[in-house]
Amino acid sequence: MLDLHGYGPSIFSGAIVTIQVAFLSVFISFVLGLIGAVAKQSGGPVARFIATTYTTVIRGVPDLVLMMLIFFGGQIAFNNFTEWLYYASDEKIDIFININEFVAGVLTIGFIFGAYMTETFRGAFLAVDQGQIEAGKAYGMNNLQVFKRIMFPQMMRHALPGLGNNWQVLLKTTALVSVIGLSDMVRLATEAAKSTGEPFLFLIPVAGVYLALTACSEWGFAVLKKRYNAGVVEA
Amino acid sequence: MDALLALIDANKIFNLTTLAHYWDGFTMTIQLVASSLIIGLILSVPLAIMRTSKNPLINFPVWLFTYIFRGTPLLIQLYMIYYGVTLIHGIQDSIFWVIFERAYYPCLIAFVLNTAAYTTEIFRGAIEATPKGEIEAAKAYGMNWFKRMTRIVLPSAFRRAIPAYSNEVMCMLHASAIASTVTIIDLTGAARDIYARYYAPFESFLFVAAIYLCITFTIIYLFKKIEERLLAHLQPR
Repeated sequence: MLDLHGYGPSIFSGAIVTIQVAFLSVFISFVLGLIGAVAKQSGGPVARFIATTYTTVIRGVPDLVLMMLIFFGGQIAFNNFTEWLYYASDEKIDIFININEFVAGVLTIGFIFGAYMTETFRGAFLAVDQGQIEAGKAYGMNNLQVFKRIMFPQMMRHALPGLGNNWQVLLKTTALVSVIGLSDMVRLATEAAKSTGEPFLFLIPVAGVYLALTACSEWGFAVLKKRYNAGVVEA
Repeated sequence: MDALLALIDANKIFNLTTLAHYWDGFTMTIQLVASSLIIGLILSVPLAIMRTSKNPLINFPVWLFTYIFRGTPLLIQLYMIYYGVTLIHGIQDSIFWVIFERAYYPCLIAFVLNTAAYTTEIFRGAIEATPKGEIEAAKAYGMNWFKRMTRIVLPSAFRRAIPAYSNEVMCMLHASAIASTVTIIDLTGAARDIYARYYAPFESFLFVAAIYLCITFTIIYLFKKIEERLLAHLQPR
């Protein structure tokens, strides 16, 4: 059996952290993606400009640089803001929020992949038949109802391949949170590898966990595809 | 010019020393990305041909290679090569130690293998999308396998692969920021140094973010020109 020199449980807890980061950040990016796609699709010129700038800039800059910017810079910016708030409110509001590695990691990954999700959802929105939306409006549904009942279920079918792709990339990007100091699977394994001098012993199981997660999500997306393709005749 | 020099003098962070540091980082990033892309591209062509083979003995090892390298984070691959290479017995006494002493070559190897895996799958898709009629026509002309590959399949597959490959180039540029985690001073590494020296996260990281953005736009522009030239027959008129 694999002898991890007693590092097994801590690396396992790191794997849980990795999975938490992945799920929380994919949730954030999903929401941001929907908002961004709606803004690009039907927002005013200002909303469209903000959404376009967001997707262009985020997709043009490495994740690691953005992560460091938000982790190192976010705290300073936040402190400046709370300090300003403190003096502006005549020293009444005194808050301190510590941006830890976990929050910074989740927010950054969510923020980055929100840009990719925006593009995925935008393409999927375009693929929904315009007549369907008009029919919904003719039935007297408001915009939210049209979105919830007609747009979203049909859009998901077209978005799934892109979503699956983004999710796989996101899963691998979570390894980067180890660089800003979060004790995820990669960081714990690297520390164990450095102290024992056996890099392969610790890094290969971690790579195996990533492969397993990838394989599981392939299966998960196959199930989702079946669900959202219900009632569609494949050519 | 005087105004520019005055501007450089006026601020504390962007003086000539740090700008030179950024410049070194810039050349390192470009060098690392360009060489790994070129070597990866050369490796991926035979791999992609092997990947499309019907013989499982040829097909399977390449599939395994691409599956593992595409399914695990580049950071882990880099760590494995960077920390793992020192374990090879006797390497520190051999002539190869000159190569592996610095982080550059382990990093280059990791990047090359990673980009080769992605590019192989891109080319496989492009090769498999070759219209059957073209291959049948080539066979009817009496071309053997090698001639079919070099004259018919590969030239059109390369063209079909360009849009996907431009994405891979962008991904590689962004992934190259990881090199800074193994002591290489690339653009991100330079930004980390300058952040550490002046404790100025916005100036240091926003500046490199802008440089990366400029490189990305340059790559997009170059690929657009290449597509206009090589995919002219597919452009809408």
